[in-house]
Amino acid sequence: MAIKLPIYMDYHATTPVDPRVVEAMLPYFTTRFGNAASRNHPFGWEAEEAVEKARKQVADLIGANPKEIVITSGATESDNLAIKGVAEMYREKGNHIITAVTEHKAIIDTCKRLEKDGYRVTYLAVQKDGRISLDELKAAISDQTILITIMAANNEIGVIQPIAEIGAIAKEKGILFHTDAVQMVGKLPFNVNDLKVDMASISAHKMYGPKGVGALYVRRRNPRVLLSPIIDGGGHERGMRSGTLNVPGIVGFGKAAEICRQDMATESERLRKLRDYLNEKLHNQLDELYINGSMEHRLPHNLNISFAYVEGESLLMGINDVAVSSGSACTSASLEPSYVLKALGAGDDLAHSSIRFGLGRWSTKEEVDYVADKLTAVVTKLRDMSPLYELAREGVDLSTMVWQTEGH
Amino acid sequence: MAYSTKVIDHYENPRNVGSMPKDDPNVGTGLVGAPECGDVMKLQVKVNPETGVIDDAKFKTFGCGSAIASSSLATEWLKGRTVDQAMAIKNTDIVAELSLPPVKIHCSVLAEDAIKAAIADYKKKQSATSASAAKEVQPTA
Repeated sequence: MAIKLPIYMDYHATTPVDPRVVEAMLPYFTTRFGNAASRNHPFGWEAEEAVEKARKQVADLIGANPKEIVITSGATESDNLAIKGVAEMYREKGNHIITAVTEHKAIIDTCKRLEKDGYRVTYLAVQKDGRISLDELKAAISDQTILITIMAANNEIGVIQPIAEIGAIAKEKGILFHTDAVQMVGKLPFNVNDLKVDMASISAHKMYGPKGVGALYVRRRNPRVLLSPIIDGGGHERGMRSGTLNVPGIVGFGKAAEICRQDMATESERLRKLRDYLNEKLHNQLDELYINGSMEHRLPHNLNISFAYVEGESLLMGINDVAVSSGSACTSASLEPSYVLKALGAGDDLAHSSIRFGLGRWSTKEEVDYVADKLTAVVTKLRDMSPLYELAREGVDLSTMVWQTEGH
Repeated sequence: MAYSTKVIDHYENPRNVGSMPKDDPNVGTGLVGAPECGDVMKLQVKVNPETGVIDDAKFKTFGCGSAIASSSLATEWLKGRTVDQAMAIKNTDIVAELSLPPVKIHCSVLAEDAIKAAIADYKKKQSATSASAAKEVQPTA
């Protein structure tokens, strides 16, 4: 089968909308355009009915009650609402929040802002495999701790945190537990009751739904979580998130959730095999590859590899008909390599050499073959022109070398 | 990020990739940058001691496309220049030739540093050999 270029292998960044989702959404742009908050005519009723159906579809995907689903504009807003909402609502109870250094910027930067407002935040380090230590978590808890927020699966390295264990610890201590579950929901089983999660952020566009819509799961029983809204207005979404509902987006979100729930088992198994095949093929064709993060506790469709002695951006340049991303500094304006990879302690040089592969619903074996072969050729070429590879071949220990870096 | 056609050309067809013997008294080697910063350049010049003209230049670079292009271009410019002319190459010349955006200016700075380091190494070797040559000459005199 001929493959179509460019190849998309960056499903952690976003996913295409499933055609079945688009089909479900379309009537809600034109004929069924009502405002779900219009209580006195059929246009509003129709829209509200569609929203409630979608809310149930999303709730079913995570084992929640539909009333516990607060619709937002996406996971960044959900993260902000969870953290700022808890911080304000429970200020009397305490001012301490626990999170981890490898969290998404929507979590880290929200916590940083709260620090300016007098809150105290503990950023847990991660172990070499990318997971937090439960002992360190327990040790960080104080009588002032009001919230633990730890992501379900990491967006760069796909590493899955011990969510159920964290949930149990939080429950035992009477502390609220929020998880940014964007990368995991729809890909692997995720049940808010089994995991003892009090709040969870979800995004539609990471699971073959449209951009601009997401949800925050907010537990209603044992305990009933209360949040101060961050957006004030007409009191939509039980007062937690005002603003006219994005009906077509929500309908698409619901349909996407339903498809994920139905196909999850077969899809994740297929992608796991494809991912393992990619990994194996690269290892057979190249030496000195380093996998970033745990392979055991990892999303089935994620692979994050450092190609030693080769810089990530130059690697991406050589495979410009393949969409992947790199932890290299040069791909960002900050000139700092990925903070997630740095947190693993592998060294900045390996962070600069990393590529993240994200497989998804339309990835094929032919695409994986193409990507692996092309990468092999480019890595080989770039290593031939890498002074680091040459030095390493000569037996020089790069870690003990003194580098001339003045002026940089 | 969009690359200029010249950067892409140097990346796809790098000029003068390779290494020359480090111990050759007529070869100067510059190794600048650091792996943690995401850029390391090795640049070598081979100088004709009679004329002071750079006969050959080679590079190897670990870094982004702009870093590779900057060092590739530097080797092109170095060949045929005298050591003094080589010292006059400025990073801004490289920026202009490759149309580097502001975030990539550090790549050109590194290339200029590599040129200077290679020539400094060559000059050091030359003064060492002439000094030892002078020493060898003395006893017979």
